[in-house]
Amino acid sequence: MAVNLSYREYFKEDALPLMWCAGCGNGILLRAITDSLADLEIPPHQVVVSTGIGCWGKADDYMTTHAFHGSHGRALAFGTGIKLGNPDLHVIALMGDGDALAIGGNHFIHAARRNIDITAIISNNFTYGMTGGQYSPTTPLSSKTTTSPIGVAEPAFDVCGLAEECGANYVARSTVYHVTQLKRLITAAIKKKGFNVVEAINTCPTHFGRRNVPGDTVEMMNYIKEMTVAKSRYEKMDDEEKAKYLVTGELVNKERPDFLSVYREINPAASESGRGEGK
Amino acid sequence: MSRPEGVQLMEGNHACAWGAIDAGARFYAGYPITPSSEIAEVCARELPAYGGTYIQMEDEIGSMAAIVGASLSGKKTFTATSGPGFSLMQENLGVGIYQEVPCVVVNIQRVGPATGLATQPAQADVMQARWGTHGDHPIIAISPASVQEMYYFTIRAFNLAERFRTPVILLGDQVVGQTYENITLPDPDSLELIERKKPVVAPEDFLPYQADENLVPPMAAYGDKHIVHASSTCHCETGYSNFKYGTNRQLLTRLKNKIYNYTDEIVEVEHFGPEDADVTLISFGCSSRVCKYVIGEAEKEGIKVNLLRLITIWPFPDQEVQKALAKVGAAVVAEMNQGQVIHEVNRVNTTNTPVHLASGIDGELIRPEIVMNSIKEAVK
Repeated sequence: MAVNLSYREYFKEDALPLMWCAGCGNGILLRAITDSLADLEIPPHQVVVSTGIGCWGKADDYMTTHAFHGSHGRALAFGTGIKLGNPDLHVIALMGDGDALAIGGNHFIHAARRNIDITAIISNNFTYGMTGGQYSPTTPLSSKTTTSPIGVAEPAFDVCGLAEECGANYVARSTVYHVTQLKRLITAAIKKKGFNVVEAINTCPTHFGRRNVPGDTVEMMNYIKEMTVAKSRYEKMDDEEKAKYLVTGELVNKERPDFLSVYREINPAASESGRGEGK
Repeated sequence: MSRPEGVQLMEGNHACAWGAIDAGARFYAGYPITPSSEIAEVCARELPAYGGTYIQMEDEIGSMAAIVGASLSGKKTFTATSGPGFSLMQENLGVGIYQEVPCVVVNIQRVGPATGLATQPAQADVMQARWGTHGDHPIIAISPASVQEMYYFTIRAFNLAERFRTPVILLGDQVVGQTYENITLPDPDSLELIERKKPVVAPEDFLPYQADENLVPPMAAYGDKHIVHASSTCHCETGYSNFKYGTNRQLLTRLKNKIYNYTDEIVEVEHFGPEDADVTLISFGCSSRVCKYVIGEAEKEGIKVNLLRLITIWPFPDQEVQKALAKVGAAVVAEMNQGQVIHEVNRVNTTNTPVHLASGIDGELIRPEIVMNSIKEAVK
């Protein structure tokens, strides 16, 4: 029964070493995704990763699946076309925080509203790493970055809260510290139909950590561990306490029909495969 | 509604949508904008019956992205828009060109810049069609001048997109888009359609950007066992990003040559009027219709005028224009902008033939007297 696929089926080992900085958690996140694909036994040719631009947007270079690497913020828009062009595909959009929520914010909220069958995995390192550490829509208020040398004056987006409000079918948060949980949530998201979001809190010791977290890469890891709290503990907290943490775990798990199911129900003429020839 | 049979009084935008459907388009992504929205409306109504999908995206950036994505999944795809929307599409048009993704972008031009004289006709996106997306790149753009041509040139645009594995622009305008004329749609089975080449090698030997003898890489679809890695980053034959010295030169050169080495397959013009003339009009799209009328008016005043109509705008018909200029004492370029095609005409004007501009920028079809005045200026 079990095929015992390895993450190596999905990981392009000859592309090593990874281009990411020492201490960046993107490698951990990539391993969690490729492990999940192996566990789910989805053949590489049935998977398309659609990546954005930025550090995490380079992830497709390390994958053996079908891949699309497009423009900054548009991974979900390209992914929408990819999915509707061949509904049998598993489309996984890999985006950073600036990618998904600033330049790509409009695509993000509408993908969630539409409930297009795409798994969105957001590597949230609170900064624009590739461009040198500017503040992003998830940078915590008053953090120091290259474009907020005294402290950022804008409040941060709650990625998962935004996804939930916009109608995402499945929303979960974990960190690159909580590897087992991260993989479990990604597996559940890929398996589930609809617009499913996993926010992976990530480390950026090079840019964010250097200016905001005293100490080294290990301290950066501890920082993201300590800023988060499991849902079971979080739910017992009062509002004042809750405000200090980002909650992790499965936050939303609904059964909304995805866009294409609804489209086909309303347009019965649309063939099941999407490949039919008309009258 | 079913496919219109027999002689129909049809709008240009409707003819465009039917041309796309008959060409095999099965995916449309768009965002409403006048004067192009009827193309979206026909697709929303008709595509499901053809096993296709219509999606209304959140903006034109997303629309262009979605048609690129769906094409890579194996569908013939297109979108339609006008000025402001065409501006937003430029970003991902470049992605489509660099990744060699066949698709069709219909631009029903209106007056700009900005909101302009919404939503009156113009022909001022000629240079934007050529250079609107950043970076070096080739482009194919063709210009219809009638409802009939909105149908047939849309099919032609899909054929060129599939043949050359590249986005193709149908550069229409509000006049051809929203004019009603008689048309009879042909039997779809009688149409000559071109389909993208599929790989003939085994999946393990497949390199998604290894070109064939025509400089075009055979194209697998997402979901095939032939793995496709499509990247907007400089890439080698594997499709994976590659920053080695020489890779970008090799890629950009091939992208240019795959089109510019085959202009004889692409470039089309129409000659209209007497072979020998005092003045040659050079025009395209809706303006060329006015030029045909003006030729008769000029004849009444004893001026012999003919017309070189550019069907293909990009690649520019260098040789055809050069030959036409060499035969006459003067030429008039009639276009609904402040002078865009005229720069290309002058670029190939090796005979130093005097070239005058008839410029229509009033938010209506260029008036015959504007063209006539330029003719009189030219023969002075």
